[in-house]
Amino acid sequence: MATLTPNRTGQQVEPESRPLKSVVNDAIKSALLSVQDNSVLAWKSIVDVFSPPFYFRDLLDQMDVIGVGSLPIIVLTGFFIGAILVLQTAAQFARFGTTALTGDAVSLALIKELGPTITALLVAGRSASGIASELGSMVVTEQVDAMRAMGTDPGRKLVTPRMVATVLVLPLLVGVADFVGLIGAYFVAHMTLGLSGPEFWNHAINAPGTNDLIQGLSKPLVFGFIIATVGCFKGLKVRGGTQGVGRATTSAVVIASVSILVTGFFLDKLLLWFVP
Amino acid sequence: MTIAADTARPAIIFDNVRLGFEEGDVLRGISFSVAPRETAVLLGETGTGKTLVLKLAAGLIRPDSGRIEVLGRDLGAMTERDLLDFRREIGFVFQEGALFDSLTVEENVAFRLREEHVDEDEIAARVHESLEFVEMAEAIAKLPGELSGGMRRRVSIARALVSRPSIVLYDSPTAGLDPVTSQKIITLILRLRDLQGVTALMATHRLQDAFALANFRFDPKLCRVVRAAENGARGGPKTGFFVLREGRIYFEGDQHQIRDTQDAYLARFLE
Repeated sequence: MATLTPNRTGQQVEPESRPLKSVVNDAIKSALLSVQDNSVLAWKSIVDVFSPPFYFRDLLDQMDVIGVGSLPIIVLTGFFIGAILVLQTAAQFARFGTTALTGDAVSLALIKELGPTITALLVAGRSASGIASELGSMVVTEQVDAMRAMGTDPGRKLVTPRMVATVLVLPLLVGVADFVGLIGAYFVAHMTLGLSGPEFWNHAINAPGTNDLIQGLSKPLVFGFIIATVGCFKGLKVRGGTQGVGRATTSAVVIASVSILVTGFFLDKLLLWFVP
Repeated sequence: MTIAADTARPAIIFDNVRLGFEEGDVLRGISFSVAPRETAVLLGETGTGKTLVLKLAAGLIRPDSGRIEVLGRDLGAMTERDLLDFRREIGFVFQEGALFDSLTVEENVAFRLREEHVDEDEIAARVHESLEFVEMAEAIAKLPGELSGGMRRRVSIARALVSRPSIVLYDSPTAGLDPVTSQKIITLILRLRDLQGVTALMATHRLQDAFALANFRFDPKLCRVVRAAENGARGGPKTGFFVLREGRIYFEGDQHQIRDTQDAYLARFLE
């Protein structure tokens, strides 16, 4: 049975049957338009950082919601990621009699790749969805229009503080995840391999060089930007009432997560080139 | 209260305004004007584009073609930044209130003033004054979720008038409300018009609201609504009726003309 879909004026219309070519054309156009609109929104969110009005209070609120709010899940997950890493590699290290290198391997894996990527994916799941649903609800209840009608730019008031907050807090969250991950790794290394504190921590702290830290802490800046702008874009483009909000939320998490992984790959290539 | 400086010039002018979406044209050449202190009532069935006309008048959306002039300014020639400044001079009451649900009533009403960095003492005074006007002062600390539909509309009116606009746009302000609450909202609109001389553009599908605006006025001496003299007579407030149908202005006139019409569609609409 054909379902009715709302049009832009809110009326319910019967979907027409169209040739496949036209459907594919429209889908490609729609995807390209989305990329273009998302890029415009992202660029505007950067430009707005440098001119008034500034919304510091909103920025602090968002840093609290996104940063402090994500802390428990980051700590819990970080701990177990470190613990699992050692659990999986301990047997291999023991086989070659190189258990002393456990700290090196876990530290480098966490700082360069797992810490930034897993933290970003977790924040994407938590915050991109939160941002999309919050802004989407504001759109469908005309709160965004009300804001514009009162002379306030929703881009400056809603998008820029979320973008800046996510970009600022994500590297900090990654730092926390890395540290807690190492604690989890040490805990398992001590229990399974019998490594002492100095044995583990000397290697874990000395293994990563400055370049590794640059790699590990620069990626979250880009990931944070992706999470916030995708969440805001999906939220502000909601159509079709509460159902639309649900779709936007799901789609924000999926797009942000995939973008993080794909961008992560290219960033790795780029960073290995500049800071090998 | 800042009334449009040039009282002879219409406060709102729509000249052959067209607007369409993927599904087709919604507005097909709308032309009308609203004089300062006049109340224009946009009537029409659901989906005829009444809300779009209001959003066009506020510069929230841009027409495909045609010219819109509000308070002497051509909206088509303005940038989005200019439009943001311009919108501070008008009030917009949305259909469901569109209150910010995470902010209290006080924060909602004070929103625009805080954006303009008005002194906090003045904000407190003006918020109190606006909430007193809509008889909602006791709800100042409540969240919108704790209010009834009618209360939300009243707070929305308070929010629209806190910056003392010369034009207020009402989008179906009584839709979905019970008769008693609707009456309260209409009384508020009459008070705003008759005490503060606000120009109003109101979209509604409720004819009784339109006739109430045309036939009654708020008497400041008696502090109540009384039957008005002839519509617009002796310099009193004038109420214009505009009926939208199929993207065009199908009827334009006063309450007598619409009531005495022989047109079959209007007669059916009036029933």
